Amino acid sequence: MLSSLAGVLFDGFAYGMLLFLLSVGLSVTLGMMNFVNLAHCSFAMVGGYATLSLMTKSGWPFLATLPMAFVAAALVSIVLERTLYRRLYRASDLDQCLLTIGIVFISVAAYAWFYTTEQQSIRVPDWLQGSAHVAGMSFASYRMFLIVVGLAVTALLILFLEKTRFGARVRAAVDNQRMARGLGIDVDRAFMFTFALGGGLAGLGGALSIQVVGLDPTFALAYLVYVLIVVAVGGLGSIGGSFAAAVVLGISDMAGKYYFPWLGAFLIYLVMVGLLMWRPQGLFGKR
Amino acid sequence: MENASLHFQQKVRWHPLEIVFWLCTLLPFVVTPSYLSLASQIAITALFALSLDLILGYAGIVSLGHAAFFGVGAYTAGLLAKHYWAEPLTGLVLAAVLSGLVGYALSHVVVRFRHLALIMLTMGFGLLLHEAANSASALTGGADGLQGFKVPAVLGFKFDMFGRAAYAYSLVVLFLCFLVARRIIHSPFGLALRGIRENATRMPAIGAPSRAHLRKAYTIAAVLAGIAGALLTHTTSTVSLETLSFGRSADVLVILILGGAGRLYGGIIGAIIYMVARDQFSGANPQYWYFWIGLLLVAVVMFLPNGILGGIGALYKKSK
Amino acid sequence: MVAQDIALELPQGRRYALIGPNGAGKTTLMNLITGMLRPDAGQIFLGGEEITALRPDLRVKKGLARTFQINTLFPQLSALEAVTLAVLEREGHAHNWWRSLPRFGAAIEEAQGILDSLKIPSTRETRELAYGQQRLLEIALALATRPKVLLLDEPAAGVPKDESAQLFNAIDGLSRELTILFIEHDMDVVFRFASRIIVMVGGRILVQGPPDEIARDERVREVYLGKARLAA
Repeated sequence: MLSSLAGVLFDGFAYGMLLFLLSVGLSVTLGMMNFVNLAHCSFAMVGGYATLSLMTKSGWPFLATLPMAFVAAALVSIVLERTLYRRLYRASDLDQCLLTIGIVFISVAAYAWFYTTEQQSIRVPDWLQGSAHVAGMSFASYRMFLIVVGLAVTALLILFLEKTRFGARVRAAVDNQRMARGLGIDVDRAFMFTFALGGGLAGLGGALSIQVVGLDPTFALAYLVYVLIVVAVGGLGSIGGSFAAAVVLGISDMAGKYYFPWLGAFLIYLVMVGLLMWRPQGLFGKR
Repeated sequence: MENASLHFQQKVRWHPLEIVFWLCTLLPFVVTPSYLSLASQIAITALFALSLDLILGYAGIVSLGHAAFFGVGAYTAGLLAKHYWAEPLTGLVLAAVLSGLVGYALSHVVVRFRHLALIMLTMGFGLLLHEAANSASALTGGADGLQGFKVPAVLGFKFDMFGRAAYAYSLVVLFLCFLVARRIIHSPFGLALRGIRENATRMPAIGAPSRAHLRKAYTIAAVLAGIAGALLTHTTSTVSLETLSFGRSADVLVILILGGAGRLYGGIIGAIIYMVARDQFSGANPQYWYFWIGLLLVAVVMFLPNGILGGIGALYKKSK
Repeated sequence: MVAQDIALELPQGRRYALIGPNGAGKTTLMNLITGMLRPDAGQIFLGGEEITALRPDLRVKKGLARTFQINTLFPQLSALEAVTLAVLEREGHAHNWWRSLPRFGAAIEEAQGILDSLKIPSTRETRELAYGQQRLLEIALALATRPKVLLLDEPAAGVPKDESAQLFNAIDGLSRELTILFIEHDMDVVFRFASRIIVMVGGRILVQGPPDEIARDERVREVYLGKARLAA
């Protein structure tokens, strides 16, 4: 009983780390510029397919592809931001939704064209496969890897935001854009950088998720729902909120699947609806 | 001053183009008789889009879960036909009532929120209903949907493979619902909805109970969407889980925006264009269809913010 | 604390000016009175009836109307549509979704009358009106609710000097049974139209009284008016 609980918590936490990586970028850019970027998961797919290509076509080792996944996704984010997104910063929520959904559709078709609609998989190195056995319970190595990466990224993010000057500028811009501009902070640059960072992290998340959930063109839409839930529940612009929400969601999902399989995803949606009704600005969002 | 009333009368009068349009809807019977089942689908989708227009285009509620009501209507009609009797008109009424009730219940929550929370909540409710229907397979047939029943005819006209009765049925219901929608839009209530859309802050300051208005609009929209769902069940004699899906909610949103929200005919125009194009171009590779729709969406948002009807309207104004 | 210890009584039928430096809490006070903000403590009465817990739209129904400092209008509605809407809401017809608008002739006539009295063109979309006309439309919308008390938040904000006199003449021409409280920064206008002046500073009421008393008040001079002005 306890071991299954520990297993669920462990798996859920690992899944939560994946969701966090996928969602944190969206939360910050939404909080900063109020720009609803529903194409965020398409950036994740850039990272996923980058890793896939590098491994299968160029024979790169898995770990080496991860930074490239980050960079590729970050680059695509910047290009999109500079060309299309920045014209719609003042547009309505609906317009931003529609534009970015359009981009999702285009990207899904593009991925299908280049990579077919088949479910893709990769071979992660041996030391990441299998599981470790501790205290009579077994913990999948890859999931441990996810947790380590997730926590490391979180730590780096917090360090960056709290300890560096650029990080302080980013925080200011998220908190109060007008005042930040008034203080002479180049909000545009801060935003572009943050966008790239968020996109890159999504790309990293996409690459890491291949082993867990596979990769096919519909990823962008399928996971969009979960990402949006994390962002809405965690609160826009809050890294801590995204972290908490992702963990809660990851564990709820695992718990739901394990203890109430007949409920399916119902539990997550119920949790989201309930939480949003109670706190529409999210757990840590500003009103 | 008499021309004060005239100002309103102008907007209420039937434009000759409208009459031409509705007469043209009869053309498929004669010109393209082999496409009548597609025509039925278009009429049903048009009604669904019209129902969304009421809340999105006129009241300003962005809903990513409108398929919930479509699905409730579809399943109600299906369950009635499967277990009790297969007369469609009573099915329509029951579907309307049930989806209206669900809409009324949800409206109490929906009208309290705005922006992202509202979008997420509407999406969440849609997803919840979809999951619930998926799980309750004893009732709904789960992922396979509701099958094994047949709605043979409406008012004595048989639903056959030629699709004449189906199209006539869908068209008549669409037209009647359209008349209702038109009535609403040109009524004081319709003006109030536009007021809410134009400036939600100002409404309480002129003594308007905005939330009550929105609840009513949401309920009416749910009723119309439910009717559309029932029509689908009656004309195809199946109910699929897809009627409750997020994909359907997203599709109808795209259709409405394409045609132009807040212009009464936007949903209908959008439905015609979208469904005809999809029928022609989708063919073997559905994902390439999504490429073009994606491109179109980006183009519409960047260049034609009020959809096709808005673009035509702007051209018309410029030419004057 | 934005507004504190406000004890304010406005007997019927007079024009009151609410003045004070920026950030003194004047608009906040108006938001509290109209119900857009909830007070942490205290009570609000309208004509002897307590309205503290009432929703903003219900306060309007009781006869309390306001205008906004920044135009809060309906951009794509014509002036006539907007004012007619306000009349329809007042009469309780706005829930009617079955009868067509032209049938509500009385409401439309009344709306047209209000627009005529303020010389606002009725059939153009609000966003096409001149700024001064939009400010007047702000007032027209409030008047359409047949208020007993009218709160005007800087009605002449952004309007050039020569036009603002015209605007205030229009306000002055309003029924004497209407109690008006207006926020204003232009002292000429304030001293000309107000029968009583209330001065707010730092979230509190500093002093209130008839114009000549306020003009002589030392504290007011120091804080707000500036000695040089009143020397004239």
